[in-house]
Amino acid sequence: MKKNGNLVVNAIGRTVPTEVNGKVQVPYKGVGKYHPSGRKYAPRISSCVDFPEDGNKLVPTLKESLIKAGLKDGMTISTHHHFRNGDLIAVQIFDVAAELGIKNLIWFPSASFECHAPLIKHLEVGTIHHIEGSMNGKLGLFTTGGRMKGTGVLRSHGGRYQAVQDGEVQIDIAVIAAPTADYFGNANGVDGPAACGLLGFALADAQYADKVIVVTDNLVPFPCLPWQIQGNYVDYVVKVDRVGIPEKIVSGTTEVTKSPDRLVLAEMTARFCEHVGIVRDGFSFQAGAGGTALSIGIYFAELLKKKGMKARFARGGSNKYLVEMLNEGLVEYILDGQTFDLEGVKSMRTNPRHVNTSPFTSYNYHGKGNFAQLVDVVILGATEVDVNFNANVVTHSDGLLLHGIGGWQNCLFAKCTILPVPLFRDRIPVIRDEVTTICGPGELIDVIVTERGIAINPLRKDLLQKTKDSGLPIKTINELKEEAEKICGVPAKQKFEDEIVAVVKWVDGTVIDSIRKIAID
Amino acid sequence: MKLTKGIAGNNGDKDRSDCLITLEFAKSGGIRVNLLSKVKSLFGDSLISQCKEILSFFEIEHVLLTVEDKGALPFVIAARLEAAIKQVISTNREYLPKALPENEYSTSRDRYRISRLYLPGNTPSLMINAGIYKPDAVIFDLEDAVAPERKFEARILVRNSLRSLDLMGAERMVRINQIPAGLDDIDYILSQPVNLILIPKCESSNQIVQVNERIKAIQSKVNRSNPIWLMPIIESALGVMRAFEIAQAAENVVAMAIGLEDYTADLGVSRTPEGLESLFARSQVINACRAAGIQAIDSVFSDVGDMEGLKESVLRSKALGFEGMGCIHPRQIKVIHEYFAPNNIEIEKAKKIVCAFEEAKRKGLGVVSLGTKMIDAPVVKRAQRIIDQAIAHGKLTNNWLQSELLNSNG
Repeated sequence: MKKNGNLVVNAIGRTVPTEVNGKVQVPYKGVGKYHPSGRKYAPRISSCVDFPEDGNKLVPTLKESLIKAGLKDGMTISTHHHFRNGDLIAVQIFDVAAELGIKNLIWFPSASFECHAPLIKHLEVGTIHHIEGSMNGKLGLFTTGGRMKGTGVLRSHGGRYQAVQDGEVQIDIAVIAAPTADYFGNANGVDGPAACGLLGFALADAQYADKVIVVTDNLVPFPCLPWQIQGNYVDYVVKVDRVGIPEKIVSGTTEVTKSPDRLVLAEMTARFCEHVGIVRDGFSFQAGAGGTALSIGIYFAELLKKKGMKARFARGGSNKYLVEMLNEGLVEYILDGQTFDLEGVKSMRTNPRHVNTSPFTSYNYHGKGNFAQLVDVVILGATEVDVNFNANVVTHSDGLLLHGIGGWQNCLFAKCTILPVPLFRDRIPVIRDEVTTICGPGELIDVIVTERGIAINPLRKDLLQKTKDSGLPIKTINELKEEAEKICGVPAKQKFEDEIVAVVKWVDGTVIDSIRKIAID
Repeated sequence: MKLTKGIAGNNGDKDRSDCLITLEFAKSGGIRVNLLSKVKSLFGDSLISQCKEILSFFEIEHVLLTVEDKGALPFVIAARLEAAIKQVISTNREYLPKALPENEYSTSRDRYRISRLYLPGNTPSLMINAGIYKPDAVIFDLEDAVAPERKFEARILVRNSLRSLDLMGAERMVRINQIPAGLDDIDYILSQPVNLILIPKCESSNQIVQVNERIKAIQSKVNRSNPIWLMPIIESALGVMRAFEIAQAAENVVAMAIGLEDYTADLGVSRTPEGLESLFARSQVINACRAAGIQAIDSVFSDVGDMEGLKESVLRSKALGFEGMGCIHPRQIKVIHEYFAPNNIEIEKAKKIVCAFEEAKRKGLGVVSLGTKMIDAPVVKRAQRIIDQAIAHGKLTNNWLQSELLNSNG
């Protein structure tokens, strides 16, 4: 049983622990209600005289670099996820740690993928104590089953930057896999055999970690340009044979959908946006990585073309469809957080209007504003939505933790948030009385689009007004819930054990919900 | 102890919203349930109690029931269990899920049947959302889309689907098997809300008569009187030669379709995209339909990935005189509607003709003219037809004429 301090009910009615992995937690207080004061965390002072005079920081192997960086029990090790499911480095780090007999490490990735499932063996024997970041697929199942030594912590991309900047997570060693780097440690994501576009998710790690290791398979002479990661932050550079598998940068979710059900959702969403006037000259949008979201981009493109309009900017993840819009002049700028395919990578390398961003510029809540809040409409997915518009992206209705938060929470601050979701998946209703895990509070979620009707948050009286007599199938969220239950039946309540296996952080660092253990056969 | 076994349903890797039910009958031991389900924690209890209720309805007391479930909806579970039971027990009883009142609607004989979405009769996952794509009609297919050894369970599944699935206003059609085997299919579907029966490989008017006799017999038994329309499908050289006879075989034949896969096989030629080999057959079917005053419906376009090819095919089909087409994938519906609908040039021309006609009527003129051209009655009739289609496709509003006349007078 993990130590979780006391349990309290937070401002959205969820029971959360006051202590996680020995650290005191602030329970969620409401949107915009938590204003911590004080100063941000500062990295240690370095002096250039302590580093090679010629600026050459090359170390022969990853293992040697980790030893030089002082790898020891209980440290926090960070990695980024720009290689998505093609990452070859994260697992190697913990293989080295296991070989050295090191225990109780904390893995702090910006996201995890199926390729990280081999880390389960290191979690089982205690090389890794727990994960703070995301626990996808098999790692999620492992966590839900209560098998991780510590308590998992789920954060959004913006929340991760905030946690580092505010000192909530102190990175001991950051390992930054880079498609291209020089011996000084300057690195970028646009060049090299494993080009992944950008390295924005590693920015906080470079700036704040005690030790920074850059690992590359494409070492170029100084200067490596552009230098999204600046060598001035870097301790060691390692050259390896391969850092990532390029074809796996494109994961399954970045292909446009052929599913007729999803196309119906995408088309309805686009029609809604057209009708309420969101699609207009100079508007901005962000669509997630899912197949439905990608198709909506295509419908937007058709609409803009038909009306002779263009979008001022789109927020990536970028892919070939968005790049096409940029090239056709249907969108003026892509402000990109990650590239989902090789066309995105190429465009970022060659087109000055395709700009890289980082969680700091895009998402950070404890900054003086961020880009996400400037976006007119964001289209996101969800595993469940409840009758109060609260939504879930990390667990399924059967309680299994299977996904990370990504930028989802941060994007909710857009001017209009739309979740296109099927009314039910197989037999499981997506609209519920109560979501299994609250990741986003309903007050930030404006519209739910399902194949059988569109529900608008009653807080958005303007949208309700604009859709009157529109011919769009507008229903109340309760009507949608009842329709789902009429088809599927009313699901029983999932039974959980008491033990908290993971917590979900809100964008400001407070705890919005907890995830409990399930006995998994 | 000797066990007797009944099996129904699907549990393959790719199957969704379905279940495989295995029943092993015993002489004692009561009802034992073995449930493997991906929705067990949420629906396990309700699934088991539903199965027990059905077993008790069929008075089965001792059985080992294994349900391997992939998230099947209740009407699917009921169909699978009933099919498994009936493999072992001979009974006339039917366990009917509650029928949705919103499914009880009749359709008119001349409604548009431009798109008809085929649904394989034994694949629940493809049925559940059929209504959301807004086809004019949905066809539950008991014929070619169902393997011979699965026909039995498909009939029960289709029966339950007709009762439980909201198709959102689509005309509810069933394609039965070829006559005479297909006559028995009618027993299963006629006490459900169904609007039209497709009769495949139709070769004589006598087949239509047989179907109607069976319909009459069942309707009087189940006390229903809603119209059941018929759509024979011509799929052979003989059928083509008898097209007119079939088209006017009965009052309730409202449309006739052509099936080109079987027809070209019958001729011993390959089906080509241009369709020269079937030009005679298609023209004959269209002509027969027009002569009999019913709708002519084209064959399906079988490459679901080729939207450009589909568009070409629709334009050719429309030019020949067909009024609709079958769809084998929801993505085809939009293309079929878009290109069967009259285009803007056709609509504008038709508007002018109808306006001129109305104007002439108002002024009491016997002759309609447009500019310096005289317009004959059939031209007006065709224009009116285009206008009706445009309204049906949402390209014109119902009161277009008033606003048009207002504009020209104002």
